[in-house]
Amino acid sequence: MKTHQLTVYRGPCAILNHLNLDIPAGKWTSIIGPNGAGKSSLLQGLARLLKYTGSITLDGHELTTLSQRDFAKKVAWLEQSSTAQGDFESSLNAYDTVMLGRLPHQSWLHLPSPSDHQSVERVMHQTHTWALRQRSIAELSGGERQRVLLARLLAVDAEVLLMDEPLANLDPPHQSDFLAWQRQLLVNNKTLVTVLHEIHIALRADHLIMLADGKLHFQGSSCDPQTHQALIALFDGRIRLERAGNDWVALPC
Amino acid sequence: MQPTHLRLQIACLLLISIVLLVAGVVWGSIGINLLAGEFNKTILFDIRLPRSLGAYFAGALLGLAGGIAQSLFRNPLADPYLLGSASGALLGVGIMLCLATLNLPWVGALGLNGGAFIGALLGVLAALILAGGYRNSMRLLLSGVVISVILGAANSLFTFVRPDLYQSIQAFMLGNTTLLSWSAVTSMAITLLACLGGAVIFAPTLDALALGENTARTLGLPLDQLRLVLIGILALATGSAVAQTGLIAFIGLAAPHLVRTLSQGKQRSQLLLSAIAGGILLLASDLLARTLFAPIEIPIGIVTAILGGGYLLMLLGRNRLGMRP
Repeated sequence: MKTHQLTVYRGPCAILNHLNLDIPAGKWTSIIGPNGAGKSSLLQGLARLLKYTGSITLDGHELTTLSQRDFAKKVAWLEQSSTAQGDFESSLNAYDTVMLGRLPHQSWLHLPSPSDHQSVERVMHQTHTWALRQRSIAELSGGERQRVLLARLLAVDAEVLLMDEPLANLDPPHQSDFLAWQRQLLVNNKTLVTVLHEIHIALRADHLIMLADGKLHFQGSSCDPQTHQALIALFDGRIRLERAGNDWVALPC
Repeated sequence: MQPTHLRLQIACLLLISIVLLVAGVVWGSIGINLLAGEFNKTILFDIRLPRSLGAYFAGALLGLAGGIAQSLFRNPLADPYLLGSASGALLGVGIMLCLATLNLPWVGALGLNGGAFIGALLGVLAALILAGGYRNSMRLLLSGVVISVILGAANSLFTFVRPDLYQSIQAFMLGNTTLLSWSAVTSMAITLLACLGGAVIFAPTLDALALGENTARTLGLPLDQLRLVLIGILALATGSAVAQTGLIAFIGLAAPHLVRTLSQGKQRSQLLLSAIAGGILLLASDLLARTLFAPIEIPIGIVTAILGGGYLLMLLGRNRLGMRP
């Protein structure tokens, strides 16, 4: 995915200005930046949920040339759980919720095929939510619901997965699981884009995009020392990076 | 939810419906005696059967419309009348009653039923225009409320200027199942089939909307068009029921809540079951209305309000309205 002079609007206001981004295919890209930098807006722009000018291309094709349905099969989006609407209607059980991810693949009557059921079962086992399948998602804990919603995202089987704070409500063991799923998805040549507050997890990504005030601060490979300098500058030098084994961790100064 | 589970539930509810229908035909001041000749047959097949079937279909239309309204607006208090259809229908009836004295041929052809139907659809249309479209649910709800108030005021003006019409308009407001003819039954049956078909096809959209509007969009659903279609079904079902039976209260609000625990949030089941529950509720109310104080019949709207209200209160007491505390 590439963007050229991308300006994203929320209502009449431009939230992000003239971004030229390079999101490498088959790699994991993390978007980071202070609160209000426009991270979620960028993800929503890439998901065609917000108005934008400039261009976004996927495999060299302009996004606007894709039909809504074809786009839905190629690009899946996970909503930030704090903004996701969950009210009295979301008493669907976990299985049926994950099945919603198959909607782009179903015909107009939306009757699930045997392969839809297989996909749902597979991703629910993968996210350890199979045991929850009969439970209403309204009565699940925050972390359980987040895993069901992740399974819903995986069920789409899209090429590009856009995830807005996928780690919200996940405890450390499930954060490890999340990293394992990411690696698995990368093996299957998926393109992953995450918005993350957890900088140490973001540093596990291949590529970092740093936003500040609706503008691009820096983009580059996550193991590049130059990227680390930019990251410290992004947070006004209020964090430091330390090496821990093969990984980098961000610590308060 | 297994599909067999749903089939079983539907079968049970349909069985109850049939029992009630038979009771509706048999129960009455003149008992069943097919050998008693033409007079008896006329009562059974030209009065009680169309009345019972008509009440059932009207209830089903209202239950379906209520189910769609609650899911579409994601509001457990939504009912079929909230987009201005009720006050529109009422005004339509008022206008037809006023015009009736002028002896215009088209007024006779349209009748009170036609006036109510057109009024209901125009009420919804006015709400849509006032909201500037159908994309923003909250605006649409608010403009529905505003339209109801304005049309209600126009209606009050009518009864103020023509106090002689008060009684007829009041009767329409309380609902009436006594005059249902075979043609009314047929028209409601056709509308019900069409609306149920549409509801079954578009129900998964409502499921996806439970994940939030943005997520539903990224699943490739043309939400705007689907929302318009669902509002169309809602208006058509409500208009058709209201035109034949008047403004029967509470069926559309109560029926979807009665079946919510059965459908487990799956909209295809929820809408189908809401329709059947609406039919059962109205038919049972009709039976009670004509037998409770026989030979005096109480207006059906009073019975549905007491029954439906009582049941909702009970559900509220058990905190099973489907709202999370």
